[in-house]
Amino acid sequence: MSYLEHHAKSTPTGLRKILYLNWPLTLLLASVAGVGFLMLYSVAGGSFSPWAEPQAKRFALGMAVMIVVALVPIWFWRNISALAYLVSLVLLLAVEFFGTVGMGAQRWIDIGFMRLQPSELMKITLVMLLAAYYDWLPAEKTSRPFWVLVPVLMILIPTFLVLKQPDLGTSILLMAAGGGVMFLAGVHWAYFAAVITAAVGLVTAVFQSRGTDWQLIKDYQFRRIDTFLDPSQDPLGAGYHITQSKIALGSGGWSGRGFMQGTQSRLNFLPEKHTDFIFTTLAEEFGFIGGFTLLSIYVLIIVFCVATALAARDRFSSLVTLGIAITFFLFFAVNMSMVMGLAPVVGVPLPLVSYGGSAMLVLLAAFGLVQSANIHRPR
Amino acid sequence: MRRNPKELEFTHRKLTRRALLLGGLQLAFAGGLAARMRYLQVDQADQFRLLAEENRINIRLLPPARGEIFDRNGVALAQNSPSYRVIIVPEDAGDVGEVISKLSRLIPLEPEDVERALAEMRRSPPFLPVTLADQIGWEDISKVAVNAPALPGITPEVGLTRVYPQSQAFAHVVGYVGPVSDYDLSKMESPEPILRIPRFQIGKVGFESKREDALRGKAGAKRVEVNATGRVMRELDRREGEPGADMQLTVDAELQSYVQARLGTESAAAVIIDCQDGDVHAIASSPSFDPNLFVRGISVADYRMLTEDPYRPLANKAVQGTYPPGSTFKMVTALAALEEGLIGPDETVYCPGYLEVSGRRFHCWKRAGHGHVDLNTSLKQSCDVYYYDLALKVGIDKISAMANRLGLGVRHDLPMSAVASGLAPNREWKQRVHGQDWLIGDTANASIGQGYMLASPMQLAVMTARIASGRNINPRLLKSIDGIEQAGSAAEPLGLNENNLRTVRRGMFSVSNDRRGTGYRSRIIAEDMRMAGKSGTSQVRNITAAERAAGVIRNEDLPWERRDHALYVCFAPFDNPRFAVSVVVEHGGGGSKAAAPIARDVMLQALYGGTPPLAAYPKGDRSRIKAQQERLERERIKREETGGNDRA
Repeated sequence: MSYLEHHAKSTPTGLRKILYLNWPLTLLLASVAGVGFLMLYSVAGGSFSPWAEPQAKRFALGMAVMIVVALVPIWFWRNISALAYLVSLVLLLAVEFFGTVGMGAQRWIDIGFMRLQPSELMKITLVMLLAAYYDWLPAEKTSRPFWVLVPVLMILIPTFLVLKQPDLGTSILLMAAGGGVMFLAGVHWAYFAAVITAAVGLVTAVFQSRGTDWQLIKDYQFRRIDTFLDPSQDPLGAGYHITQSKIALGSGGWSGRGFMQGTQSRLNFLPEKHTDFIFTTLAEEFGFIGGFTLLSIYVLIIVFCVATALAARDRFSSLVTLGIAITFFLFFAVNMSMVMGLAPVVGVPLPLVSYGGSAMLVLLAAFGLVQSANIHRPR
Repeated sequence: MRRNPKELEFTHRKLTRRALLLGGLQLAFAGGLAARMRYLQVDQADQFRLLAEENRINIRLLPPARGEIFDRNGVALAQNSPSYRVIIVPEDAGDVGEVISKLSRLIPLEPEDVERALAEMRRSPPFLPVTLADQIGWEDISKVAVNAPALPGITPEVGLTRVYPQSQAFAHVVGYVGPVSDYDLSKMESPEPILRIPRFQIGKVGFESKREDALRGKAGAKRVEVNATGRVMRELDRREGEPGADMQLTVDAELQSYVQARLGTESAAAVIIDCQDGDVHAIASSPSFDPNLFVRGISVADYRMLTEDPYRPLANKAVQGTYPPGSTFKMVTALAALEEGLIGPDETVYCPGYLEVSGRRFHCWKRAGHGHVDLNTSLKQSCDVYYYDLALKVGIDKISAMANRLGLGVRHDLPMSAVASGLAPNREWKQRVHGQDWLIGDTANASIGQGYMLASPMQLAVMTARIASGRNINPRLLKSIDGIEQAGSAAEPLGLNENNLRTVRRGMFSVSNDRRGTGYRSRIIAEDMRMAGKSGTSQVRNITAAERAAGVIRNEDLPWERRDHALYVCFAPFDNPRFAVSVVVEHGGGGSKAAAPIARDVMLQALYGGTPPLAAYPKGDRSRIKAQQERLERERIKREETGGNDRA
């Protein structure tokens, strides 16, 4: 018997649920996606193809998925969390063996109508599983070593698989989001202190491994880190991305160079301008005002998520909502840091704006969970 | 699973606390991002805007049109004419090999050019044009243009190339242009960027090189927007360059062509200058070459032919070649003595055929001697002994000073390559250069323009003009720049006694008009055009005592390079001098025989401004002259015809 069932009478039922969607949040998501269409239209040189139109179609599909997910009671999602996690894990393993190699990394499985990126799916299912785990776990056991080890393994197994693809950005995201949920669940401070110490040790080890036969990360990842630390040492090679990205951003100035007037993106000085570096086009064409506006919308989305989480009456709803918020935050924070030269180029897209199918679908489905938590909150 | 409400309450409070903490951290991070964005986009915007512009904007230089060169009557000597080339853009061509083979069926393509083009294509991005064929004819370019639809990626292009329509006649005056070489660049301190344009041409030799500054013009520029791979997206703006200045020379193209043709295949030079203002009306050096060969890039074989020719076609003998002036120098010695008052025009010297100077015999060219000789006779018959005697009285320093006054041994500043200063030696010079004392024998040699004495045909013409006018004539080659007349130097009087000048001129008149004068056979009989001259035959070898005893070998029996130089200087009309002419025929033999007829012919051509009437010639010469005129006319027509073909 579910712990919510005795409150269920006060939650909305049937199609009335749609009225209880968090409409401001939905609107914010749509406006972020709108910014995305605009920028994809611009970087294509004023054309809906090849990016803006498919992106809009996927967004429509994603919104539908979000509403469907939102209408399904949140406890259903809690109950299938473990299964969803396992499916993601299996898919990740499948990528290991049957994945398509793209951009030097195995990330996709071709499933006919679209290419699925299981690592994207994992970002959400991991959060779901951890939330369900802490929902199930009695509070007093939260900080006991064994019960800490279990979620740590839940995090590390997919992280390891993603790292092998190799996809450093997503691995960091998985660890950070998972750690975030554990922290929110109330795991003792000391564990985090220990992990941070260990992480520092690991980073040292990674750098120590360079050039040896037990090298822990790929050469190109090393180069990206080098370049991040000093982009000027190789302005036309690996440092090119960061240098050009900063030029584009900076040349936007206060109010930007005007829609479709960004020379850096239009003349192809920007790398991957429709995916990871799309924020630079926005900042170049709409300046500080445009960039700050988008950042504000992102922050508002986080605020809405936190508010939803705090209003929720059960741990799963709170944790899953906050976990999704953390994931979402990590997406845009890492991406923006990267294009502004504050972080190495790790290949994290700008959520809902960068061109890409899996990420958008998964994110919208995740927001479906947030909405579901909101709708099925006892009132 | 049922939980007690108290525990729920506790965990929920903890979660709220931690959620707010994390939320706060996130907010702080977002604030950091905003600050960074502000720093890049507001504080450093200008710098980044500049960098973006640098990325985007490329400046391409536009070569200016080179100034053109004309003769004194506006006849073109150096022009810019459209030149055609075929370029290919590999990206637009698709199958490059297929297109090139199609093209080669239309127009002849050099295999080397094609190979070079293919190599260039492999190196450069596919949207950059590559030249397939350069300097191709109008007919071929028309074929390409007409067949353009069948030749994707092929474009006919037009540029400007230098053309010298007068070909050989002006090779030494105007010179030629050629592509900038690494050597050219290495000589310049900070070469203009325009010089780095591929195929940009600069003056290499002659006037083209000397007045490069004004002829080149100023480069224009266009600003183009390029993308990351360097492809030009559009032109932003353009500033046309300033074309170079058009130059007009004092030379008369028609006269120059005649002189060049008259010199024929001899290794010779001739200069005609105006006795009043020093304008150089003709300045020819023979043999010559076609400067157009150099513009297109001369072949190794052609170049070797030019450099290995013993007649040295590349040298401009008129200003660059220096020769012992021989007897043409005698006016200088005479004037030096007259000005010093050491002799009177009627005083005589006895010539037994030689003069004993400090134990050494200096011979007169006439072994039997001239007997009693006065100044007029000494010039007319070119008696050497008379001048030995004079020189010993006057001394070398006075003679040398007089030579300088008359323009010998001083450099005349003309916009031509390698203008020689010649040499009028004196005691100080010999001490300085050879570290030896001046000997009395040196003075004897110098008095008849031998020994150390050296002069270029240009200097001899200046000397003659100064004697004829009594004024300090300086040669002038550049008449006007962009229509603005260039002032020549004012011809001040030389400050010589007019009576003395008149005496010398009268002697020169006798040379040409007295039955016994050395130049009598090459006289002008037209009453108002009669000329005064002086022949010269300068030795390039020493005649040994043994040879002299055995009988001096005749010039005809010597190998060419040991024969005497033939010289002749003259001015006309005698009563009102208009032109001074000097002719030097290298190893031509006797001056009166080899050089005087040429000098007379070019003088008449200059005086009449075209083919002179036969009546100006002595009766006995007329049939020969008529045949010569007809031959030169035929050659001229032929030249014009082939010249026309060359330029097609």
